[in-house]
This record gives sequence, structure tokens and C-alpha cells, in this order.
Amino acid sequence: MTENYFEVLRPGINSTFQDNGRKNFYHIGIPFSGAMDNRNFVIANAISNNKKNSPVIEFALQGPKLRYKGDKVYFNVTGDVNFQILRKNKIEEGVCYQNLVLENNDCLDLISTNRSVYGYLSINASFKIDFYLDSCSVNTKAEIGANNGKILQKNQIIKIENITKKYSSNKLDYIVSKIENIRVIKGPHFDYFSETAKELFFKEKFRITKLTDRMGIRLDGPKIENIKYTNIKSEGLVKGTIQITADGDPIVMLSDHGTIGGYPKIGVVISADYDKLVQIPPGSKIKFKEINLKDAETIYKLYEMETRNLISKIK
Amino acid sequence: MIKNISNLGDAALYCDFGNDVNREINLNVIQFFKNIKKSNIPGITNITPSYNKLIISFDLNITNFDKIKTEVEQLNFKNEIVNEGNLIKIPVCCDNNFALDIKRLEKLLNLEKEEIYKKFFSKKYYCYMTGFIAGMPFLGDLNDSLYARRLDTPRVKVPKNSIGLTEQFCNIYTFESPGGWNIIGKTPLDIFDNKNNTSPNLINPGDTISFFQISKSEFEKKYD
Repeated sequence: MTENYFEVLRPGINSTFQDNGRKNFYHIGIPFSGAMDNRNFVIANAISNNKKNSPVIEFALQGPKLRYKGDKVYFNVTGDVNFQILRKNKIEEGVCYQNLVLENNDCLDLISTNRSVYGYLSINASFKIDFYLDSCSVNTKAEIGANNGKILQKNQIIKIENITKKYSSNKLDYIVSKIENIRVIKGPHFDYFSETAKELFFKEKFRITKLTDRMGIRLDGPKIENIKYTNIKSEGLVKGTIQITADGDPIVMLSDHGTIGGYPKIGVVISADYDKLVQIPPGSKIKFKEINLKDAETIYKLYEMETRNLISKIK
Repeated sequence: MIKNISNLGDAALYCDFGNDVNREINLNVIQFFKNIKKSNIPGITNITPSYNKLIISFDLNITNFDKIKTEVEQLNFKNEIVNEGNLIKIPVCCDNNFALDIKRLEKLLNLEKEEIYKKFFSKKYYCYMTGFIAGMPFLGDLNDSLYARRLDTPRVKVPKNSIGLTEQFCNIYTFESPGGWNIIGKTPLDIFDNKNNTSPNLINPGDTISFFQISKSEFEKKYD
């Protein structure tokens, strides 16, 4: 039996194994983690005919360059990704959202994401990786998940098994839509802020700074003035929570966030806008829009329906 | 008990037990946490107890705020589950190389180092909550002569296994992390074992902790 594997020629900026993440461990300090952009994760596995929660490689901004060794394997890339396949005698430009083939000695160069942050690599096979607390999702802070809880390292080997021999020409015509308005439900400490600050929060634009990663987004914009307490007794957080620091800057909690925090919560990003929020690259500006709970629930149902609809269009 | 239940975004419940931080309120939170964990209410994905709040996250594909709120309110509570806390003994080495802020504390508290340690080691501490980083326990309450504010400029990297103090609380940095607590020593024990797939946490909310002092050579022995 031959061994099938990727050799990591360039690891990329923040390439990790991810799946749906892990549940029920917030109380011991372990966040959900999992693929940041859930829709693109789900679509990647659907194109591969994999089980819904199969591990993928998630990459951010600059992806990895991988040399493939072994039997022919099919793969697909989702997101808005510029990539190439370097074959024996030619260079092929990559197309997202469709099954492509890698043969022995081919190189997959996931060059960059276009005006977005995250991309996903799924294979019609499985990565030979470790699971921790029912998930492969890498959380580099707690050093847990596949790859000893680490991002991909230069020269490492990624073993592959259970290759699907049958080719399916699965393909999806899909253009990722970009948004600027992020919808937010008011948080429990909304009244800690001055009238002017509350107005500014929903009126002005905020810039996504470079201090942004899988843990959170730090925003830059008008200072949000706190008129009560700039610190609260530490309490639980959820994905999408917007805290205002003592300096008056908003920070948005993302999938690898610390599970408790001591800054007041001005609001929470609605579930339906999360996938799009995480894809907005540093340097871009966003605007928050207030929405009530009932509308957020309806919008989420529509968003999920849209995802299912996209999956049904794969052929 | 719960004073108010509201929504935190569209996929979590925010249960408010008041604003004070004390053992009684926190025991209520933990009791609630344990009851909900046992309840099997469908769709719950995470429950986060803290000093005086409990946050319940849920899967919007399975349930919603109104449904979960009603189910939580109608839950039949059992009071006896609460006193399950364990007593855990944690060795601490206070060598100068580990006690990064002891000089600052001597000045700030106007106490000799020996007195600080005597007061610190003579008390048992209650675990209010764990989290922020994996397994980090928030313990209290310190002897009130040890109350000190956070560092003016937090450290970018607090060494793993450091013991820190601030206000009425102490904690253990289970991983290297940024932080502003006053560091008084280091334990050779791994509080969060990321190789353990079933119960990685040594300390859980509701547990009682007693620290005891060890020498540098004992510390090094335990590291082997």
C-alpha cells in the first residue's frame, strides 16, 4: 500500500484543521472554535461528498503550498481564493467550488484570499489527524485539537487515508456576497454608554484593524464613551459579542474567544451575519445596524434555507 | 435565585443573579448550572457559570430564545446537587524567579514577604468559575490585607502555571497568556491537562483549593 500525504512547502499565515468545533466546554474555558465561515465549510464538504462535519484545512489571507504524494485524489477549495495547481508540465489556475484532481508530485499553491479572509480545502478522502473532546478543531491557545494544537508548520507531513477513487464532477456556481452592514442585537450593558456614544455606535463606520484573528476583531473608530463602569465582574461571552474596552474601542469575540470577559457588552452580532463578518479583511470598514430578536431569528432561518438551497444546487 | 432572564444576541440566554460577588450567590449559579446540565433541554450547546451570571448558548437550528426561556423557568430544581465540590491541594514554589511581583506587593500592601505568604497559605479558597483561557480557576476570597490592584501595564506573557492575585481573588495561569494579576509563585502541577480527553480540568467551579509552599528543589523534582 502506498502512503498518501501532503508535504507542507509553505504553511501560510494561519492554516489549521477545523470541523464544526466542540460543544459543552465553555464552563472550563474552551470555546467552540471550528470553521470560522460555517457556510463555506459546509459547502466544501458537500462538494467532496464527505460527511457534514469532516475536517478541512482552513487558511487565512495567505494559504499553504502543499506538495502531494500518492494515489490520485480529488479536492475542492471554497471561499474567494486565488490558487494554482503546479503539474508536471503546466500550471493550472484553480477554480473554487468544484472538484479538481491532484496526482503524484503535483503542487497545490493556495496563494491568497481575494478581498476576504478565510478559505477552505476539502479532500475526497480523510486527513489522518487526532481529535480532542470530539473535534479536530485546532485551538492554538489551549494547544488542543489536530496537529498537537498547532498551526501548519513548514516541512511537516499531512497523512491522507480513505481516498475516494470515484470522481464526481461536483461543482457549484456561487459568488460569495460581501456586506458592509453588520446587524446587531443590543447587549445587556447597552445603557452603560452615553446617548451620544449609542448614537455613534450605530451611525459611524468602524475600521477592522490588523489586531484581528480567530479570537477576535479589534475595531477602530469613534470612541464609545462609558458613563457607568468600564469594567464589570467577569462573566460569560458568546461568539459575536461586542465588548467595549476601557479605552472606548469595540472588540468582537470570534470562534476562539476567551470564554469569560470583564468589559461591558454593547451588543451581539446576529448569527446570520457571522460568516460574512469574519470574512471582512483588516483595513475594511463596517457599520453596525440595530435589529430586534424576532427579526434576527427570521433572518437566520432564511440564511440556513439559502445554505441548504446552495447545497442542493451542487451537481 | 435568578433575578432576570434576557437574551444575549439571538442564540444565548443571559441569566442574572444580581451584582454582588459572594459564595452564596455563586453557589446558586453553580446549582443552576448543574441542574441545567442534567436537564437534557434540547438544543443547549454551552453553559457558562460566572460569579453572578449564567449564560446558556443554544443551537438556533433546534430551538430559540422563547422556547429555552420557558423550559429553564419550568425546570424542577433539586437543591442537593450543590455540595459536590472537591478539596484540591496545590503546591506552590515562591522562589524569587517565580514570584515576579512580590516586591511590588510588599510596597503596595505595606507587608513583609513572609507575612504575605503566611496570610496567603493559611486560607482555603473557593472556585467561583473557570475559564477565560482553558482551565483557569477564579478563586477567592483572599485575606483582605492582600487586596491589590492589577499591574498598571499588563504583562504580554505571564508564564504558564503562575499564581496571581488581584482584588479579593487569586488564580492560576493554566497557559502562557497576557495578564495583569500580581504573580507570587508557580506550581509544578498541570491544572489543565490537554492530553486528557475525558476530564482535562483539575479544578472545577464549586471546588475548594488549599495551596501549600514547596522549595525550589521540590519544585524541580516534581517537574521530572
